[in-house]
Amino acid sequence: MQKLMVCIKRVVDYNVRIRVKPDGGGVMLDGVKMSVNPFDEIALEEALRIKERGSNIEVVAVSIGVADTQQQLRTALAMGADRAILVQTDAPVEPLTAAQIFLNLAKKENPDLIFLGKQAIDDDANQTGQMLAALWERPQATFASKVEINGGKAAVTREIDAGLETIEVDLPAVITVDLRLNEPRYVKLPDIMKAKKKSLDVTSLDALGISVGQFLKTVKTEPPPLRQKGIMVKDVPELVGFLKKKGLI
Amino acid sequence: MNKVLIIAEHDGKALNPATAKCVTCANTIPDADITIAVFGADTATVAAQAAAVAGVKAVLRVDRPENEHPLAAIFAPQVAALAADYSHIFGPSTSFGKDLMPRVAALLGVAQVSDLMAVESAYRFRRPIYAGNAIITVEADASRKLVATVRVASFEAATTGGSAAIESKSLTVALPAHTRYVGAKSGSTDRPDLQTASRVVSGGRALGSAENFKMLFSLADKIGAAVGASRAAVDAGYAPNEMQVGQTGKIISPEIYIAIGISGAIQHLTGIKDARTIVAINKDGEAPIFEVADVGLVGDLFKIVPELERMVGT
Repeated sequence: MQKLMVCIKRVVDYNVRIRVKPDGGGVMLDGVKMSVNPFDEIALEEALRIKERGSNIEVVAVSIGVADTQQQLRTALAMGADRAILVQTDAPVEPLTAAQIFLNLAKKENPDLIFLGKQAIDDDANQTGQMLAALWERPQATFASKVEINGGKAAVTREIDAGLETIEVDLPAVITVDLRLNEPRYVKLPDIMKAKKKSLDVTSLDALGISVGQFLKTVKTEPPPLRQKGIMVKDVPELVGFLKKKGLI
Repeated sequence: MNKVLIIAEHDGKALNPATAKCVTCANTIPDADITIAVFGADTATVAAQAAAVAGVKAVLRVDRPENEHPLAAIFAPQVAALAADYSHIFGPSTSFGKDLMPRVAALLGVAQVSDLMAVESAYRFRRPIYAGNAIITVEADASRKLVATVRVASFEAATTGGSAAIESKSLTVALPAHTRYVGAKSGSTDRPDLQTASRVVSGGRALGSAENFKMLFSLADKIGAAVGASRAAVDAGYAPNEMQVGQTGKIISPEIYIAIGISGAIQHLTGIKDARTIVAINKDGEAPIFEVADVGLVGDLFKIVPELERMVGT
């Protein structure tokens, strides 16, 4: 085990309440707080724990996005990543293109494992890790809640609808992480100072020889239909009466 | 004609109801011709169930010892090979479909529409983003194959009564040896399946312990309901992960959802928006769950739940 790559996405912060633009042309992003996708933070934390248990393991954080994505990569460096790479672009990048870009980086970096969050909390697509694994022609272990490395293999416990499932994959492999894999560390001030000295390479799609494909065109963005606030009852008999009247119990 | 291939989800014995929901979705595509593909070690039983789903034209059995467990790395190249004859390739937006379908899309070099919630035309769909806080309409390129996962909470299951032809397919596709199934641990219960139950009782952190959660099981059994939980309750260890309802857990659409001691974080509400009736019981009258509940009761759940259990079904 020598190198771990972690893919990070800059997204609207988890706590921001999203608003749709009145003209239906997307969601309002001006002045909104941006953060590392929470699932990607868990992905990075797992890579850092593997690094800390081993010796001489390098953790490389990579991202795709606008110039300001450097902020999220600096956060990753402050958490403990050794270096970072930003593929800078202002164009919206769909999951398949993101997977092609990460594949390009993977072929240069040759990591033993690539970690990603299982989904980004903006587009909720849940695709990039699986697509990357397919293009890389390597195993995928999605929705991981436990990762055990054993020589050239990893045993990964996955959160599935029916419970938990364990699979074994040969390395190199792609692992996408679920919520309960770990609890990411807090970044301390000295770490932020130290992170400023770490290497953050900025490259471009041109330099990588990749063109951004557009497969899906978003033609409209709307707020979801609202549920009407219902009635309040004062006690259990009244509640049961309501439910019986509606034929629900 | 739009030729739709649906990848069946099953456990080797029974077809998961998510598959019949995909059929309903596919049927809303104009001029759809629907085929279900069943991958497994021995799919005779499941293929017969798939053939009985109304609206299905054909069922393809792909039996192979390597297909005993649904490993995406094993299934995906076979699905991609089958896809040659189809314009649309659908799977359910369950942990099975979410794992498999993007791998298929990448092998085909096409995009995927995740969580398809409504069909506007053969290549125009609606899907939620930002935990359901916005709905986008997307258009795909009609000259390419379209891969999608179907948001099962948005569609009723297709009825039975069909009699599709069943055909066995042998695919000469080389399969990778780099991914192996080890085992599974499922909290198997006699209760209805959370994903498809018409009644759901769900608990939050206010339950306080795994022991107290038993109160909900007792109420659920009285009314024939499945039991769910908020992320906070699962994170606290009161309930297993497969019970989690919300953005990153299960998205459900029961007739009645009884939320007990759940405050109603946005991520949780995402999972229950399609419930017909939401009942909220919480000691905090300001809890956001009351904003979406059809009926709310403010009070101590430890008093209310036993009283509710006594009064229902009498």
